[in-house]
Amino acid sequence: MTGGVSRSGPLPDGTVDVAVVGGGVVGAAVARELAGREHDGRALSVALVEARPDVGDGTSKANTAILHTGFDATPGTLESRLVRRGYELLGGYAERAGIPVERTGALLVAWTGEELAALPALADKAVKNGYRQCEIVGADEVYGLVPALGPGALGGLTVPGESIICPWTTTLAFATEALARGAGVLLNTRVEGVQRDGGEETVLLTNRGPLRARWVVNAAGLGSDAVDRLFGHERFTVTPRRGELLVFDKMARPLANRIVLPVPSSRGKGVLISPTIYGNVMLGPTAEDLRDRADTSTSEEGFAFLVDKGLALMPELLKEEVTASYAGLRAATEHGDYQVHLDGAERYLVLGGIRSTGLTSSMALAEHAAGLLAEAGLVTSVRDELPEPPRMPNIGEAFPRPYMCDDLIAGDPAYGTVVCFCERVTAGEIRDALASPLPPADIDGLRRRTRAMMGRCQGFFCGAEVGRRLAPVPDSVEESR
Amino acid sequence: MNLTTDVAVVGGGPSGLTAAAGLAAAGLRVLVLDREREAGGIPRHSDHTGYGLRDLRTVMTGPAYARLLANRALEAGALVRTSAMVTGWAGEHALDVTTPEGRLRVDARAVVLATGARERPRTARMVPGDRPAGVLTTGQLQNVVHLHHGKVGTRAVIVGAELVSWSAALTLRTAGCRTVLMTSEHDRAESYAAFSVPGRAVLRVPVATATRVVRINGRDTVESVEIEDLRTGERRTVPCDTVVFTGGWIPDHELARAAGLAMDPGSRSPVVDNALATSRPGVFAVGNLVHPVDTADVAALDGRHVVRHVLAYLGGTPTGAEAIPLRAGAPFRWVSPGLVRPGAGAPPRRRILLWPDEHRAVARVMVTQDGREIARRTLPWPVSPGRVFRVPSSLLSGADPHGGPITVSLA
Ligand SMILES: Cc1cc2nc3c(=O)[nH]c(=O)nc-3n(C[C@H](O)[C@H](O)[C@H](O)COP(=O)(O)OP(=O)(O)OC[C@H]3O[C@@H](n4cnc5c(N)ncnc54)[C@H](O)[C@@H]3O)c2cc1C
Ligand SMILES: Cc1cc2nc3c(=O)[nH]c(=O)nc-3n(C[C@H](O)[C@H](O)[C@H](O)COP(=O)(O)OP(=O)(O)OC[C@H]3O[C@@H](n4cnc5c(N)ncnc54)[C@H](O)[C@@H]3O)c2cc1C
Repeated sequence: MTGGVSRSGPLPDGTVDVAVVGGGVVGAAVARELAGREHDGRALSVALVEARPDVGDGTSKANTAILHTGFDATPGTLESRLVRRGYELLGGYAERAGIPVERTGALLVAWTGEELAALPALADKAVKNGYRQCEIVGADEVYGLVPALGPGALGGLTVPGESIICPWTTTLAFATEALARGAGVLLNTRVEGVQRDGGEETVLLTNRGPLRARWVVNAAGLGSDAVDRLFGHERFTVTPRRGELLVFDKMARPLANRIVLPVPSSRGKGVLISPTIYGNVMLGPTAEDLRDRADTSTSEEGFAFLVDKGLALMPELLKEEVTASYAGLRAATEHGDYQVHLDGAERYLVLGGIRSTGLTSSMALAEHAAGLLAEAGLVTSVRDELPEPPRMPNIGEAFPRPYMCDDLIAGDPAYGTVVCFCERVTAGEIRDALASPLPPADIDGLRRRTRAMMGRCQGFFCGAEVGRRLAPVPDSVEESR
Repeated sequence: MNLTTDVAVVGGGPSGLTAAAGLAAAGLRVLVLDREREAGGIPRHSDHTGYGLRDLRTVMTGPAYARLLANRALEAGALVRTSAMVTGWAGEHALDVTTPEGRLRVDARAVVLATGARERPRTARMVPGDRPAGVLTTGQLQNVVHLHHGKVGTRAVIVGAELVSWSAALTLRTAGCRTVLMTSEHDRAESYAAFSVPGRAVLRVPVATATRVVRINGRDTVESVEIEDLRTGERRTVPCDTVVFTGGWIPDHELARAAGLAMDPGSRSPVVDNALATSRPGVFAVGNLVHPVDTADVAALDGRHVVRHVLAYLGGTPTGAEAIPLRAGAPFRWVSPGLVRPGAGAPPRRRILLWPDEHRAVARVMVTQDGREIARRTLPWPVSPGRVFRVPSSLLSGADPHGGPITVSLA
């Protein structure tokens, strides 16, 4: 089987060494990792199989985008270990691949006596999770760090290592590097059935026909339990836990220069305020269990709840315009930890139930997966002569973008032609995204690659122009600068 | 690349182009910077008649009006640079600009901000639900239809019933899309009877008043909207494939805020005085940036008005007396200008502009200062939300130049 991106038509013939089901951040990380390995002196052939028209189009695109230190994980869990390890791995990789990361740090704020009393235990827990930089601070210091906080903060805990990262670029970088390493990315390909013929191969039955694989890794996120059942297991059930978020105008960014966390409760991490890597401020998420695994709609109740919270946490924030709202679905299960199970005999591994930390732990999960597959007999080593990691286009606000770069514009006027004004996206960047190894399938995909149309006007000025560039009108005589 | 000029005008819409023409005619070096490929501002894609009445004393279509104003600025000797996006400030009167020819630093002696206003999109109005394609603003709709000859759906719901909403209905009709419903949160359609009655007759658009859109349904494309009757709380679903959010104006004030100019919390515009001067000496603001939103001719006349004051500033004339704050009382959300500077002359068109949040059939205007009523007059035009209410500035003539804030409200 050959590599490359395929969105339609019959699937390639032949058998791949590993099929990774699910092109979220976890699956993409696994595909990247395995495509860089060899077995018996031969490079592994890998296919990343994704039901949607793009990678990173599920939960991986709709989260709070924090690179977690893991300070508040449950000590001793697999999640705690992999978040800690993933934090280091992804932090380092981000630098090499040009994934924007800002080391903002976080401040956990106590608003009640009970929360204040919980801080020492949290600091201890952080140490148990291997994180030693937390410090308890008084109310004065809390307001010194985040002056815009509403009244009533009693104290806080600093977590200097918590950082923000671009979740979209992360998944794209993994998938792009997997491609460069020879993997195939099969989009619009949904796994609907599994055939085991008793031999060494598994046949994945998809809407685009069968795909034969020697090993299968299930990283299907919200669908990981369903795929697990196709392999005959009854181990866990995913309950989509919706998290709604409001994103505020860039004008709000000076209000929140670090992540403001609530004291976690049994219901989850609670509502936070965070700067985003694109220069905005985010408020959320909610936590609400749903039935429908595809329901990423937002709700009146969710908005009302967030507005209430926001008014208490940071009244000034609510005076700014909301430029986006969205909902992500956490793949929560009845268990307290990631659902990672290896079936050596079946040559099958599931990485499921990766609820609320999977962006951070993605690379560690991939490393862990390689280790588990080795236990089951797929012993691999990292190939020599791997291509360099891709250099991803920067869409982070804290780093130079093409519209600011004289030398880039001098070499190519398209980088000086601003198309999306609010986000300052140039014609050059849109053109590059369309010509990239993994081009977008629609406006949303273009947005995740360039930020086009994700700004305050939502297309009032540029919507028509961006649309035209995405799908050029055949009889258009305009130059495509 | 560094450029110097006497006056930099940011935004080449009706207000900026008119200011540029006047300033260039007065002998100044004027540079207009506009980020679009062509100058003209919103009228470029507003392909219907109704432009030019007050400034040109004639009526023409938006695109014709845009071309005419651009030509006048050029003929007067202004330089007009398009595809030139002002990204920030490089000094008190200096701008950073991105163009296909490279980055520019423009050093000016005075700056006129004329960046206009836009409609609040769905996100800013916090309408929940699915997030399918087919949800737009009038601005995007008209760009798609008039500038790009693109397609829209077949059944639209228009949110809002202001003048611009009827403009959206016209565009939809041109594009072969039927408007199945127009909604207004007000008890009666906001727009002027003069337009809405024949408008309704011609376009046959049903208007649901006291109604808000509470949800959008449809995963990939719009399938319906859910609306609520604000009087009864009753909800129903309206099938459609297109939703156009109209009105809900917010000025394009990012540069103004980046400069740290004093801002008006009601309009979110930079605060200006009767000379259209902002809180930074030598920086002026005109057009819909300071009154979101009035008609294009009124914006253009701001541009004409500011010329004299820019010249005075550059000539070293002191600004004059301490300005008195002008405040919007009920039922108004904002008033423009927000400062009255004694000795600076009348505001543009000798009018104070106010934005009402409620309808009133009879407009009994009341002006007070320091608890004292200084004027009261009944004006012969109604107060309707969604359009600017204009009050003659002569009503302020009784104000004490050394007194406190002046409030304009309805009795
Ligand atoms: C509100 C919210 C906030 C969060 N905040 C953070 C945070 O700050 N930091 C952090 O590290 N993590 C955070 N997370 C968690 C993180 O987003 C997830 O853990 C991570 O995205 C999971 O990645 P995944 O690849 O497992 O799943 P997904 O991204 O859901 O990918 C799974 C993919 O599998 C595909 N698929 C499913 N079934 C099939 C099938 N049968 N055939 C083919 N393909 C299939 C889906 O289409 C999907 O693309 C947050 C999550 C939410 C919801
Ligand atoms: C759909 C619709 C229909 C309308 N119909 C009518 C009508 O029939 N009659 C009527 O009189 N009025 C009408 N109006 C109102 C009219 O269009 C406006 O009043 C008028 O355009 C305002 O002019 P302006 O100069 O203030 O701003 P605009 O026309 O908005 O111009 C602002 C300019 O600034 C530029 N700009 C902004 N920021 C930057 C930056 N950072 N760098 C460079 N350039 C920048 C923009 O590109 C734009 O060209 C309508 C408006 C709309 C939206």
